[in-house]
Amino acid sequence: MSIHDFNPTEKKDTRSGFGDALYELGKEDERVVGLCADLTGSLKMNAFADHFPDRFFQTGVAEANMIGMAAGLTIGGKIPFTGTFANFSTGRVYDQIRQSIAYSGKNVKICASHAGLTLGEDGATHQILEDIGLMRMLPGMTVINPCDYNQTFAATKAIKDWEGPVYLRFGRPSWPIFASKDSFEIGKAWKINDGADVTIVATGHLVWYSILAAKELEKEGISVDLLNIHTIKPIDEEAIIASVKKTGCLVTAEEHNRFGGLGEAVAQVTTTHYPVAQEFVAVDDTFGESGKPEDLLKKYGLDVRDIISAAKRAVARK
Amino acid sequence: MAELTELQKRSSQVRRDIVRMVHSQSSGHPGGSLGCTDFLTALYGEIMHFDAQHFSMDGKGEDLFFLSNGHISPVWYSTLARSGYFPIAELGTFRALNSRLQGHPTTAEHLPGIRMASGSLGQGLSVAIGAALAKKLNGDDTLVFTLHGDGELQEGQIWEAAMAAPHMKVDNLIATVDFNNRQIDGDVSDVMSLGNLRAKWEAFGWKVLELDGSDMEAIVKTLHEAKAMTGQGFPIVIIMRTEMGQGVDFMMGTHKWHGVAPNDEQLAQALQQLEETEGDY
Repeated sequence: MSIHDFNPTEKKDTRSGFGDALYELGKEDERVVGLCADLTGSLKMNAFADHFPDRFFQTGVAEANMIGMAAGLTIGGKIPFTGTFANFSTGRVYDQIRQSIAYSGKNVKICASHAGLTLGEDGATHQILEDIGLMRMLPGMTVINPCDYNQTFAATKAIKDWEGPVYLRFGRPSWPIFASKDSFEIGKAWKINDGADVTIVATGHLVWYSILAAKELEKEGISVDLLNIHTIKPIDEEAIIASVKKTGCLVTAEEHNRFGGLGEAVAQVTTTHYPVAQEFVAVDDTFGESGKPEDLLKKYGLDVRDIISAAKRAVARK
Repeated sequence: MAELTELQKRSSQVRRDIVRMVHSQSSGHPGGSLGCTDFLTALYGEIMHFDAQHFSMDGKGEDLFFLSNGHISPVWYSTLARSGYFPIAELGTFRALNSRLQGHPTTAEHLPGIRMASGSLGQGLSVAIGAALAKKLNGDDTLVFTLHGDGELQEGQIWEAAMAAPHMKVDNLIATVDFNNRQIDGDVSDVMSLGNLRAKWEAFGWKVLELDGSDMEAIVKTLHEAKAMTGQGFPIVIIMRTEMGQGVDFMMGTHKWHGVAPNDEQLAQALQQLEETEGDY
């Protein structure tokens, strides 16, 4: 498989991948319950709510209570999936997640839509860029940021049988579909392209931009070893180390603050095992603003051209 | 029904455990623990159905208890040990390094009897609602009990949960408020008044019972009454008037023993007032 195999014509939002998979999980496993804090439509949880009303809990605009209820439901053997925006799934309820879920070791799946800049016009109050960092820091928390509809669908299905708390991060915009539903494995990187000159490690929406960047870089004679790290914790150290040993330099690309996110997680792996020059494509420690998703990605340095220039800088530092 | 005198004997022993545990590490919360001793003794000794010998996290077919105000862990640990959940001798490890009896209750150390960490206040009612809803989904007609501090009711999450339980008709839940009107910085009515607490719960849709938490007979009677009210479409809350430090005269009538341990002399003075009925650990 290589970057040339991806020429998607279909687009869909990642949150629909979550909603569609949750509905299937509802049919497959009676232990699955859903909770939502007044964003059922936005989270695409309607199908689950309509078909399994006994197993769906509308909590109103009360996220702290939703998190606590989810923790309590696990005690009776349920597998709760909570749904709200990423901001309200993490920062607003950090202490509830910390004590009632993470420290208590509860099997809750915290499912978060509208992460990052690409929720668009609602602006910075809703555009959380710190959530990966917040969740990564919690002992025992698994953190997954899928890249398209298919991967979000597959990840949602996979976390049901993954014992322990999970933070699943996805988004609002319609986005090209290019991943396979069948090849997803929690904690295992997806190798998208083999290359020799630079490693690009990408997560979430920026995986697609990294494919576009890799195509451009190839035309300029720079071959990209492209890895999709969807599972930021536990991270696939082996895949990252193998790649940077081959290329000798690294770019990380994510829709998140440069602090706390994928870039830092990858840097921790390389600095420990095989230090290489790294360039960060990430938001530069600032809040977002209202705008169209793609315009925001451009303004905040997360565009295809930013990945290309970061790759060139990384190669130059070898 | 266990004889009242048996429950009272258990209470006296639990109180001895509390002051000895807190003294041993010069650390912990004796005041609220002593105030809720009769309640927890009655709950575990008379009201709840559970299998202490075979603790299971899911607690299917058993009544569940969540201590939301986790800082009064000494009274819970003593009650659990003396109910058969773990060896009584282990009470001697309270708050020490490598103990299962952490300062605040945790599931991380796998201490039988504990199903949720607590300490950061305001979270237990939400958890209890979730556990109660799971029981309904499982066709399990046992009950869920909670205990909350009155100061804890200043946390907003409590009122999110208070709104949710009646809306969702969680009628297998009996919450109790330890209403001693004391918190760390002083009287609750001075720090942040709860106003008309009964009216608040009623306005949220709860059935409210009140009781004197120093009267064992009243506790047993009221808890039985609360149980008889379950299954009727509404949650139940008991506002339990208590005295912080109950049973140890110099710890009563003040908030100062909320989180302070007695010294050697004070311990001796406290133990003189509490009969050793079941043998110290």
